Parts: sequence; C-alpha cells; structure tokens
Amino acid sequence: MKTIYILWLREIKRYLRSKSRIIGSLGQPLLFLLALGYGLGSVFAKAGEGNYFQFLAPGIIGMSIIFTAIFSGIQIIWDRQFGFLKETLVAPVSRLNIMIGRTLGGATVATMQGLLVLILVTIFGFRPYSWALVPVAILFMLLVALLFAALGAMIGSLLDDMQGFQLIMNFLVMPLFFLSGALFPLDGLPAVLTALVRFDPLSYGIDSFRVLLTGVGSFGLGLDFAVLAVVTAIFLGLGSYFFSKIQV
Amino acid sequence: MDNIIEVKNLVKNFGDVTAVNDISFDVKKGEIFAFLGPNGAGKSTTIKMLTTILTPTSGDIKLNGHDATTDANDVRHSFGIVFQDPSLDDDLTAIENMNLHGVLYGVPSKVRKERIEQLLNFVELWDRRNSQVKEFSGGMKRRLEIARGLLHHPAVLFLDEPTLGLDPQTRNHMWSYLQELNKTEGITVFFTTHYMEEAERIAQRIAIIDHGQIIALGTADELKKKTSTDSLEDAFLKLTGSVIRDEDASAADKMRSHRMWRGGRR
Repeated sequence: MKTIYILWLREIKRYLRSKSRIIGSLGQPLLFLLALGYGLGSVFAKAGEGNYFQFLAPGIIGMSIIFTAIFSGIQIIWDRQFGFLKETLVAPVSRLNIMIGRTLGGATVATMQGLLVLILVTIFGFRPYSWALVPVAILFMLLVALLFAALGAMIGSLLDDMQGFQLIMNFLVMPLFFLSGALFPLDGLPAVLTALVRFDPLSYGIDSFRVLLTGVGSFGLGLDFAVLAVVTAIFLGLGSYFFSKIQV
Repeated sequence: MDNIIEVKNLVKNFGDVTAVNDISFDVKKGEIFAFLGPNGAGKSTTIKMLTTILTPTSGDIKLNGHDATTDANDVRHSFGIVFQDPSLDDDLTAIENMNLHGVLYGVPSKVRKERIEQLLNFVELWDRRNSQVKEFSGGMKRRLEIARGLLHHPAVLFLDEPTLGLDPQTRNHMWSYLQELNKTEGITVFFTTHYMEEAERIAQRIAIIDHGQIIALGTADELKKKTSTDSLEDAFLKLTGSVIRDEDASAADKMRSHRMWRGGRR
C-alpha cells in the first residue's frame, strides 16, 4: 500500500511542479471552447439544438482528461529514457503495484486537470444544471481518467521510444476525441459514424458528464457506468500485463 | 555461505546474437570484484541479469542464496545498484528521491529518516537535500545515487561504470567511502569500469569478459603474471586485443539523438 502511495505522490508532485505543463495543457481546451463554442454557437442555436457552449463544455472537460491521462501513462517512455524506470524495476515491489501507483497518480492528475477546465468553463459562463451532482460528475471524471491512464500505461510499456508518439496522437488519441460526441450531438448521425461513436469508450465518459452536468444524455448513466467500468478493468489488466513484460 | 554471487553456465541470446555465452563465476562475500571488458563484451547484459531486470536464456544465478529468476524479490532486497546512466527523478528533490527509494524497499520510516541524514551527510549533499535533482551536477547526481543504493543496507552493491565522467577528487572520495563500507559493513562490491588503474587499485579480484565469455579471472597480479605484462592495462589489451569495438546504440541513445533534432519536449 505504501509503495502505491509513494508512486502516486510522485505523479502529483511532478504535476504540481510543472506549472508550464498545467497552463500549457489548458491552452488547447480553451481554444476549442472559445473558437468552436462561440464560432458555431449561432448555427447550433438555429438548428434548434440550444446553447452550444453549454453542450460543448462537458466535451472539453473530457478532452482535457483524455489528453492528460494518456500522456501521463506514456511518461513511462520518459522514465525509461531518463533512467528512473530502472530504479523502480529493480526494487522489491511487484510490477502490479508499480503500475497501479503510477496509473492512480496519472488518473488523479488528469482529474485535477479536468476540474481546472470545469472551473474555466464556469468562468466563461457554463452553468451546471445541479451543483449537487457536480461531486458525482467528478467521480465519473476519475473513472474516465483511470481508463485512459491505464491505456496510456499500456502504450508506454509497448513503445521503446518517442518515435511512435506522433502515431499514437494522430491515430489513437485524436480519433478517440473526435469520434466521442464531444463536439456534436449523437442523434441523426450516419450509421457508420454512430457505430464508431458507440465503439469509443470516451463517448460514454462524455455522455456521463453531460447527464450529470447538463441533465441531458444519449445512453443513460447506467450504461455509461457499466461500459466505463468494464473497459477500465480490461485496460488495467492489459496495462499491468504489458508493464510486467518490460525489460530495460 | 562463502559465495555471495554464484553464476553457472549463464547464457543470454538476443535473437541470433549471443550477448553472454555460457559464463560461470563466483564472488566471495565481502569481496571487491571488478568486471572488465571492452564495449559490447557483455558486461551490462550480465549485470542486468544479476539484478533481475533481464531474464537469462539459460543458466543459474544465485545472489545471497536466492535464485534470481524464481526468487527475484528476495534478490532485489539483497542488492543496491548504481546504474551507468542516471536513474534519479530530476523533478524530485534529493531527499524525496531517497525517501521514495526507502519506501520501495520497505525501510521503516524512523530508520529511513536517520539513514537518509547520515548518508546524505556522508556524500556531502545534506545541505542540498531540498534542491531538485535537475539542479545537480553529474558528480552530485552520482553521489546521490550511491547514497540511495546504500539506503536499504544491501549485501551487494553493483556499480556499473560509477566513475565515468567524475573528476579525480570525487572519484577518490567515492572509492575511499566504498572501501570503508566494505571493511566495516562487509558489503560486497561488484563494479565495472574502463579505468584499468582503478580496477588494479581497488579490486581484490578481476574478471575480464570478451565476446560474451570470461577469458581471465584472478587478482591483478595473477592476470599480469599470466600475460607477462607489468600493468593491468597491458594485460587487458593483450587478452582482448586492440581492435576498437562498436556498441549498438540503445533505444535511449537513439531517442536522445532524435530528440536533439526535433527539439526537446517533456
């Protein structure tokens, strides 16, 4: 337990110490929020879908969580390069505990980042439909963060160096984000797109945020939770497996 | 138990390449043992197998009475290691790096506090304990790693080219500390180096490995006598030849050069 805690603490300390990372990773969500939120707002309203800014905010929270979580998992590659990974691998601690400590740390960091974005969108005019449900939304944010931190750890364990990073960004993280319904409503989509959206775990995460923060959703909170929980369990299992196979 | 390390018929293949080819040797308890060889001879691969981060293709390794493949955790409790490349977390402070290590090795918190203070004082880093490691020079990092490697009172300390890039002052300071520790605590020291005079001066016994095989093992005097030379450097050259070896770039090296071109990002 103590080993999990100390590795968790390491991720938190590293996050809090890199102010540039915190601020830097707020830039992208902010850009999406302002450019799309205000840019498409009038079209959205004309189509009878209501307030786009209100619709978009949960999607942008999800975006910041998935980016931060996957990136924190991929940090395994940096730890490999800067040698710290070896220090943990020669320690008399099970690989499972190392992986869990790191992943919980990464998930906590991603949730904090998601919270920052929630605060940011609130400043720009977003209003949760019930403040009482915000803590529940935070729990779901943590679950989504855990899912993608585990996915990131799996990728980080499989890649030897940063060469594959661009590939992961363009062919995994970006599609996961764009196909998640973060930016558009899920009704009336072409069949292929609907299938893809349904296949993307982030869709269920963002749907749960939307239900809890704006009161409307597509899948229902029960299904959201079930899918997120099952996929998280699978990724944690796979992540631990591949992490235990690392040789340096 | 006289031998703290026992290696029998150890083999490691990477695909078609045999990095370590059927080596056997013992290291006695309380000994200072040097492991020498040209680049790519199999030194680092052997150390990685001894320290459980690489699984042997075949053969047996016993460290402090434990089997390296089946009782990896007992083996991990028994040794400390200072790697060839730094393995500290640059974003943490010196004391945080020490603490993290102590917790990973299950050192109780009271003992941990005392030992950290004592060790950091010894490597003269106590005043800098709250500085982030990224502000440290290469020599300071090395000293911190040595302190960290000793925190859990290991039976064996592995040092993979520990003095690489250190100035003579730091090098001397480090070795006198390690020799002291070897005498008072009976810690076994297993190290690799490219500085032959260092091996000659410090090590009680020396193994020379080349092309994945141990080609000579004995005291410095025995190796000199065997090759009829007057220095270990000459003995080493006579045994291993004077052809310059290339080492394959590791993934980390490749990434570093890649990063240089693309601009760093963390």
